Amino acid sequence: MNKTDDILRKASKLHEQIDDEFHDQLAESLYADATRIADRAVSYTGEKPRFDFDRSLDRIVTSRIWGFPLMLLLFTLVFWLTVEGANYPSAMLAFVFIDTIHPVLHSWANTIGMTWWVSGLLIDGLYLATAWVISVMLPPMAIFFPMFTLLEDFGYLPRVAFNLDNIFKKAGAHGKQSLSMMMGFGCNAAGIIATRIIDSPRERLIAIITNNFALCNGRWPTQILIATLFIGALVPPFWAGIISALSVVGIALFGIVLSLLVSWGLSNSILKGEASTFSLELPSYRPPRFWQTIYTSLIDRTLIVLWRAIVFAAPAGMVIWLIANITIGEISIAEYMVHFLNPIGWLIGLNGVILVAYIVAIPANEIIIPTVLMLMVLTVKNAGGMGSGAGVMFEGSENEMMTMFSMGDWTLLTAVNLMLFSLLHNPCSTAIYTIYKETGSIKWTAISTFLPIIMGFVICFMVAFIWRLVA
Amino acid sequence: MTVNTAVPKMYGRCEDCGIYNMANLKKLGINMDKWDYMIALAGNPNTGKSTVFNALTGLRQHTGNWPGKTVTRAEGGFIYNRRGYKLVDLPGTYSLMATSLDEEVARNFVLFAKPDVTVIVVDSTRLERNLNLVLQILEITDRAVVCLNLMDEAKRKQIIVDERRLARDLGVPVIPTSARYNQGIPELLEAVHDVATGRVVCRPHRVKSISAKVDNIIKPLITQIKSAFPNLPNARWVALRLLDGDMSIMNAIRDDGLGELNHAPAFNLAVA
Repeated sequence: MNKTDDILRKASKLHEQIDDEFHDQLAESLYADATRIADRAVSYTGEKPRFDFDRSLDRIVTSRIWGFPLMLLLFTLVFWLTVEGANYPSAMLAFVFIDTIHPVLHSWANTIGMTWWVSGLLIDGLYLATAWVISVMLPPMAIFFPMFTLLEDFGYLPRVAFNLDNIFKKAGAHGKQSLSMMMGFGCNAAGIIATRIIDSPRERLIAIITNNFALCNGRWPTQILIATLFIGALVPPFWAGIISALSVVGIALFGIVLSLLVSWGLSNSILKGEASTFSLELPSYRPPRFWQTIYTSLIDRTLIVLWRAIVFAAPAGMVIWLIANITIGEISIAEYMVHFLNPIGWLIGLNGVILVAYIVAIPANEIIIPTVLMLMVLTVKNAGGMGSGAGVMFEGSENEMMTMFSMGDWTLLTAVNLMLFSLLHNPCSTAIYTIYKETGSIKWTAISTFLPIIMGFVICFMVAFIWRLVA
Repeated sequence: MTVNTAVPKMYGRCEDCGIYNMANLKKLGINMDKWDYMIALAGNPNTGKSTVFNALTGLRQHTGNWPGKTVTRAEGGFIYNRRGYKLVDLPGTYSLMATSLDEEVARNFVLFAKPDVTVIVVDSTRLERNLNLVLQILEITDRAVVCLNLMDEAKRKQIIVDERRLARDLGVPVIPTSARYNQGIPELLEAVHDVATGRVVCRPHRVKSISAKVDNIIKPLITQIKSAFPNLPNARWVALRLLDGDMSIMNAIRDDGLGELNHAPAFNLAVA
């Protein structure tokens, strides 16, 4: 210990003796050597190619005029393909898992004489929640992730960051925040870890707090499904797909705008300071290795995210079944909760079911829609042939989902606000834990957790208020 | 760089043949409990470190075409020529004069974990900029292999790199690769093996003295550092950093630099 202190004291004394040019000298001699060695080793064959593909492409995708429209076009295309492509496989999976296997399981449970609550807990709780997660989430993810990964592999993401960099700097944040935000579009926990590339603690905190405004894996399926069911239904079928895709892009863009506004607010209040500069290297475009990318994005992203959803959905399904079947007096706990939260839900243009779902689904954003659907069947008791008592039995196709939503008094406002609320609520428990690990501070973890949810309440309230005034 | 002839060479043995060894490369994924050699993968951001890592370990660490993909280190292992290797994929960094967390992770690892071989992955289309980091790493270790990656891109851009010349100038083995297409990986493995086992001894390029004045000033400091930390591989470099006012390096040395590698450090906020 003393030895180190001695060395430090000596070093700082020596540091004063030498001139300021020392640092430059060291760097310069490194650069000089690098240049000399590189010059000797590198040569070019013949003429420099007249047409530089990378340069020309960069001139377009990062241009002031075309950069943003191209970005919107690309992302809309990706979502459109996802929306259009996911319909059919989703319906098929629902047919297999929910319409076919589920009744078979029930009759099997009857023949072996399984007690009603065991079969309820396992088949109507655990199995059904899992089956819902798979049929709702697997198809959009299996289409969206490979496309996103292909874009990433090609080298497009740094160009997006490049386009956004200037705006982030104007918001008082670090330009690299655009990169960690791009990561957040995959997973917020990963995005939060990615903020380590930002060297100033102030700017890093801003990036951490605002990362939640990047829609993550778990939230894309909710957005895509609700947009397809409600927004797409507003226009003729021919336009439905593209309009749904545009509305999802709109929500994602709104997230980016909020992320900028909050960054600006933070850097002008509790996190004041100058924005630091950095250089962003645009990598060469690389032809993606198509099949390998498809394979790894299916295995690494799709299956891992799906597995996480299943792991959280299975116990959540049991919890939902339990709160729906444990009654106090004549009324189940779930109904108590839904009725209690209904007024608050109404105020912000949602309903009690959605709020209960967000409470049950804190561990993972992925299971919001399945949870909502299961709770609906329980509270909308007279849902025709679809509900069977307090059990959970319903059909899977989109039309039937829609019937159920309209029975639960869902309107366009509910859909719009659900999409907004899905963007603006607390991070999932994994992300919260990651924030705590990265900042080591309860204060900043709490701010990152509660800021978005307060904003969600405020914005949803304002939308509902104005909506009801106008409509 | 010289081939160590003190180690007896017996030609005709399978173990000396690259083809045989490549065929017997056993990718171990993360199942690594014992190893003979530890290899660090360093380099500028987005030069394909993770791709090289995956090619060697059989792991599928997510790779992406953008800088800053890897911010923490990933570990994996493989068996080559009956030796166990542990491979550590470091975050990409432009220099070792750490300013951000990811650069610090890389610097501390190369400095204090003392890998048996440091493989420096460079982008052959941007050699000059990449060499800056290579030279810095060669300042602190003399067991390194330069992996001249992205040769396919260099070819597309009609850039020719004379790797033999480069190897002579840098004093370490230089292996051209296209890790994405698994090209050059057998040669890279052989070079790593040669340096790890001491068959090839590197004579790394060192930056010449900055000025006589600095050299005189720094001498007593080097002696002092050496006596305090006899295990430190390159006291001169540490002394230069200290002289440059980078006092944080001392804390890293005191904690052996490794403590903070295992968990994400909590940072103190002076701004709030």
